[in-house]
Amino acid sequence: MDSALVIHRLHFAFTITYHYLFPQLTMGLAPLIVIFKSLALWKADERYNRAARFWAKIFAINFLFGVITGIPMEFQFGTNWARFSHYAGGVIATGLAMEGVFAFFLESSFLGLFLFGEKRFGQRVHWLASFMLFAGSWISGFFIIVTDAWMQHPVGYEIAADGTAHLNSFWSLLFNEWALWQYLHNMGGAVITGSFAMAATGAYYLLSRKQEEFGRLFLRVGVIVAAIAATVQLFPTGDRHGKLVTDYQPVTLAAMEGLFQTESGAAIVLVGQPDTAHEKLDNPIYVPKALSFLTHRHWEAQVKGLNEFPRDQWPDNIPLLYYSYHIMVGLGTIFILVMVTAALMLWRKKLFNAQWMLWIIMLSFPFPYIANTAGWITAEVGRQPWLVYGLMKTQEGFSSNVSAGNGLFTLLGFMGMYTVLSILFIILIWREIGHGPADLSRDTSKAEAARSVQAA
Amino acid sequence: METLWFILVALMLTAYVVLDGFDLGAGIISLFVARNHDERRLVLRAIGPVWDGNEVWLIASAGALFFAFPLLYASSFSGFYLPLMIVLWLLMLRGVGVELRSHVSDPLWWSFFDFVFSISSLLLAIFFGAAIGNVIRGVPLNSDGYFFEALWTNFRVGTNPGILDWYTVLTGVLALVTLTVHGAHYIALKTEGNLNMRARRVALLSWFALVLLTVLSLIATLYVRPQVTDNFRLRPWGWIIPLIVLASLVSMRFFLRKGSDLAAFLSSTTYIVGMLAGAAFAIYPYLLSATTNPSYSLTIYNAKTGAYSLSVGLVWWAFGLALAIGYFTFLYSSFRGKVLLDDEGSY
Repeated sequence: MDSALVIHRLHFAFTITYHYLFPQLTMGLAPLIVIFKSLALWKADERYNRAARFWAKIFAINFLFGVITGIPMEFQFGTNWARFSHYAGGVIATGLAMEGVFAFFLESSFLGLFLFGEKRFGQRVHWLASFMLFAGSWISGFFIIVTDAWMQHPVGYEIAADGTAHLNSFWSLLFNEWALWQYLHNMGGAVITGSFAMAATGAYYLLSRKQEEFGRLFLRVGVIVAAIAATVQLFPTGDRHGKLVTDYQPVTLAAMEGLFQTESGAAIVLVGQPDTAHEKLDNPIYVPKALSFLTHRHWEAQVKGLNEFPRDQWPDNIPLLYYSYHIMVGLGTIFILVMVTAALMLWRKKLFNAQWMLWIIMLSFPFPYIANTAGWITAEVGRQPWLVYGLMKTQEGFSSNVSAGNGLFTLLGFMGMYTVLSILFIILIWREIGHGPADLSRDTSKAEAARSVQAA
Repeated sequence: METLWFILVALMLTAYVVLDGFDLGAGIISLFVARNHDERRLVLRAIGPVWDGNEVWLIASAGALFFAFPLLYASSFSGFYLPLMIVLWLLMLRGVGVELRSHVSDPLWWSFFDFVFSISSLLLAIFFGAAIGNVIRGVPLNSDGYFFEALWTNFRVGTNPGILDWYTVLTGVLALVTLTVHGAHYIALKTEGNLNMRARRVALLSWFALVLLTVLSLIATLYVRPQVTDNFRLRPWGWIIPLIVLASLVSMRFFLRKGSDLAAFLSSTTYIVGMLAGAAFAIYPYLLSATTNPSYSLTIYNAKTGAYSLSVGLVWWAFGLALAIGYFTFLYSSFRGKVLLDDEGSY
């Protein structure tokens, strides 16, 4: 029975983590594509349209992979977490069903128009299609966050006679305080992924001396957006999200920070190793009193340590939680340093010739993916041992009618399938970046003709 | 209220089968009717701008089902665990098959993705048909509302059936033929010349199989689950549904022989709507009936969510669906007409 629990947790964790590699880029790129389309209309400059078309290609590949890896998510609540679905469906299914009707229809309809309708319907409709894609992807994110926020901080529900949770306030569910800050923090993370990818592509073009005009454009837009997004990610959204954890999940906060004993004027640990057996943090490097200030806005405030809570309330994997959280925050801080420096160099007109900085930007693109993933691990492992905070334990929620063996079989199936998908994805993205925006500016009908000839 | 949501969920699922049904049908027949690179591109162009939106109806239906009947969602999705996972993998392959073919200019690459697209569409049609068969036949529910079905047991219907038995294989093959006809009508509607002619021929030939399988499956259903006639006795207006199915079978052949592709396509649409409406009408108010003990069955009454959710849901659902229908109208009218190779589009 226990191993079934582990398998079902891994099943969901693996498929959702893999899935979220794609939406974070599409949600991050969508507003950037709108920026290019707007610039093209406003300045009547065809270069911006080429840039938009190039990123639309990258977007489309990511969108496809996001869709095909996302469909399993809509099903896995039922397949692997049936008892949870029965218990919480009365509340969370509202969020999931609304995502379907409000976001997925919007995105999928306008994607076709955006990809195939530029010539046929003209620039204004094409701008509208890009905007609708942006709206659709961001609405989709909102409803998913609403669902997760309810699991983190349940509101607007009552427990019905049959013991399941029923919604009793639609607006409290939608405007859950937790959802608001989690949403802003999450979307900030997506914009960071998108803008880093754009800046890194620009740096690649400059360093490899191809398509340099577009390289500079991508760097300019990517660096400016990334510098703003990375800063906002720390303050206010990260800070406010942290406050919510402090208020509603104090035991999670203590575990994230590796604070085993309650302290007044608690220090914030930059690096250290949690030792759960001896309930202490080994080899810490810390900033005195900073944790008290960050969480309570007071240098001497008391911060509750894990010792205040019974052990069965502790998150069940404190090292994973601790390291994920520290990786997220550490990377987030480095992002600000890198991109604010790059933005200053851009302003002083030194960026495009600074080889060392271009190398840093080019190699930086995987790290937002790591930071976003680590952030989600922090949120979800931090919620443990609860599936719905304070209401349902994780061990009560999985599908007990699906055996560990069947779960393992499909988990391995997904791993195999996703390995194949990853290979295809890398081949395709590599080709698109190799072609670059200038290549796409070729007359399409000529390209088509060439292809038909080849085929014949 | 729960009856209304039963109808709404059934409507969304029907919309899925009608819309994605022709994408799947196009996939099933593409290897036979489209014989060279350009023809295969035309098939992909016919469904290219719409297949993803069509597939969303499945996700939205799953969402609506989860929303209105959480216990049904929990029970059936975990009980049908293995076939659902296979369906998910097939849906991935279908998406990859449609979208990735055009990215690389290489005949081997093309052939590979043509095959992936076609075989995944074919298997999906069979699995969806078998799923409907399982719902009509019933599943071995426990007293707590859960079950787990193996992929097959002894291929007999009974108290311990598998996902596949002779009855669900029959409904699976019926679905395959239905979507073949439906997809052929769609391809005929969207194309000209050889492709159009071959698609019509496929539709005309499969029609005989469709009629035969429709009759067989009706007889088999009466044998497997005799209770399906109860609702027809209780609400005699329901007899209009089999009449509609019959009329649509006649009209699809009539219009196709006349060369009216649109009317033939609308006839197969009517056929699908009629068959699914008939199934929904026959099982109501049961959602999933138990082969073990009738009192364990899931009905719209014991599987529904809270009354408050259902009424609030009606407001946002109506609003959201109105928007969705707006987008679809816009999308389909934007890409109406025959598909050509010199159009914009990357397939």
